[in-house]
Amino acid sequence: MFPELIDTRPLRRAIDDGLSWIVRNWGSEFEAAAYPLLMLLKAIEDLLIATPWWLIMAILAGIGWLATRNWKLPLIILLSLLFLGVMDLWKDAMTTMALMISATITAILVSIPAGVWMSRSLHVRNIVTPVLDLMQTLPSFVYLIPTVMIFGPGKIPALIATIVYAAPPLVRLTDLGLRSVDPAVMEASRAFGTNPRQRLFGVQIPLALPTILAGINQTTMMALAMVVIASMIGAGGLGYQVLQGIGRLEVSRGLFAGLGIVALAIIFDRVTQSFGKQLQGRIGLAEVR
Amino acid sequence: MNAMPDIKPGTIASELAIAMRNVTKIFGDNPKGALALLQSGKSKTEVQAETNHVVGLDKVSLDIAKGQIFVVMGLSGSGKSTLIRHVNRLIEPTSGEIVVNGVDVLKMSLDQLRTYRRTQVAMVFQKFGLMPHRSVIDNVAYGLEVRGVGKAERLETAAKWIETVGLSGYEQSRPRQLSGGQQQRVGLARALALDTEIILMDEAFSALDPLIRSGMQDQLIELQKTLGKTILFITHDFDEALKIGDRIAVLRDGAVQQVGKPEDIVLRPANEHIEEFVREVNKARAIHVRSIMDRGEYDPCVASVSKDARCEDVLPLFAEHEWVGVIDEDGRQIGRITAKQVIKALARYTPGVG
Repeated sequence: MFPELIDTRPLRRAIDDGLSWIVRNWGSEFEAAAYPLLMLLKAIEDLLIATPWWLIMAILAGIGWLATRNWKLPLIILLSLLFLGVMDLWKDAMTTMALMISATITAILVSIPAGVWMSRSLHVRNIVTPVLDLMQTLPSFVYLIPTVMIFGPGKIPALIATIVYAAPPLVRLTDLGLRSVDPAVMEASRAFGTNPRQRLFGVQIPLALPTILAGINQTTMMALAMVVIASMIGAGGLGYQVLQGIGRLEVSRGLFAGLGIVALAIIFDRVTQSFGKQLQGRIGLAEVR
Repeated sequence: MNAMPDIKPGTIASELAIAMRNVTKIFGDNPKGALALLQSGKSKTEVQAETNHVVGLDKVSLDIAKGQIFVVMGLSGSGKSTLIRHVNRLIEPTSGEIVVNGVDVLKMSLDQLRTYRRTQVAMVFQKFGLMPHRSVIDNVAYGLEVRGVGKAERLETAAKWIETVGLSGYEQSRPRQLSGGQQQRVGLARALALDTEIILMDEAFSALDPLIRSGMQDQLIELQKTLGKTILFITHDFDEALKIGDRIAVLRDGAVQQVGKPEDIVLRPANEHIEEFVREVNKARAIHVRSIMDRGEYDPCVASVSKDARCEDVLPLFAEHEWVGVIDEDGRQIGRITAKQVIKALARYTPGVG
């Protein structure tokens, strides 16, 4: 056995006590801070559930058409949604979709500025990269439990856990996209007397947009990957059906709910990818990649 | 003739568009330390070996008068692209002085520098540097947009310049839909649209096919005649330098080897390095007849050429005439020339002859 060099028990106790102290004294403040997140999630969920099923089908199929100008993607979207409806998973699917969309929106708001900041300073990148690695590799239960302790079981810890897991690829790809803009174009822009803001919004972001969109695609996929874990702490939705299927040994329930998650994944993956391709074509990077 | 221009710090005449004085650029982590070594009299190779710093420019001094095409010629690695980027401070020199239109560029604040780039120097790039996400007309209008010109006005100006460079009908195309030559016309129009007194051209035609390049050179000379801009043109192609340059500076290893008119360089190369270039060059195209003619009053000749004519322009006339007159803009004869003089000028430095 490895010899005991130092006694780590006080350190563990300090962490545990520290967390209890935070829960006791700061619990309500944390909850208040996360309130806007909850409102966002609630608003999206209510909207999706209140919208008639045929309207949602029409809107998503329409988006599919806009992304590809082809009948194939809308057809795939309609079939996927039809599956969800026929299998009596519609409401759960809307709940899961709401979680995914609000996690993605929050991730975009946080990750893109973080990616911009990272792309401008080597120093920042050296600090942020290991943090992102940690966020992606740390088993989600490790930060799930403290968040549940602070916020109590429910939608907020589920949403936060989803964001923590889903945001890193978008930060990375934003950084990558901004840094790989053709240096000749950046130099030309500089030579015309642009300030950093004009270069960022006029040149860098438009040219990095396909890469950023790939990051958003990754974020949506990773958010969907979290739905089962999120449902353990009260997210509800398709993940909860999977969980119940496992608990009651109802294979069919777990299977259909699981396929429902796949159906959502297909819809959002194809739509974001097609928009990315369309954008690449428009910018003229399609040949390069 | 082939000596370096006299360098008297602090005396920069106002008719100069660009004046560079002892501009030195050292690349590396500690350029000041390497600079001290260089100034203590060590050679560039010694500095490079000792400090691992690269000397990009070595005490470059140039006088570029207003309204001329000044060509900096050098092989790759000679520092010519580094040099041109000093004029609009895309690269900061390690030491030296750069004065443009009487203003010290190196003393400008960031804000002043941006204003200077927006209003006084435009640049054309070897790799075009066009914005792939913008249409041709929005690319040409880019500089004006950065300057803050209103949309209607800048599009109108851009449309005018697109027409000038012969790209009408392509306004809404994307750069990638155009050929290399067309893309560089967009780059040229983008620079011209700014209507700056100075245009920097960094190997602007080097990426183009020979025929297209020749056409672009003619167009540039035409444009310069009508617009009277100061153009600093970088090239590795000696023929190109001779064709478009009013004055030429030859750069090697970051140091200026010779500055002069094209004829000066062809007829009196300063060193072996330049002579090597001259040997390969089409001298008939480089040498103006006026620089080798008999100047003075003679009986009017039957055939005559303008004073801007080169030797190759006058050659066909010798088939019929012994003497060919040279006339100025007003049609007055200012001298005459015979085949013998032309042959002598062309043969002067050919190895094994004379």
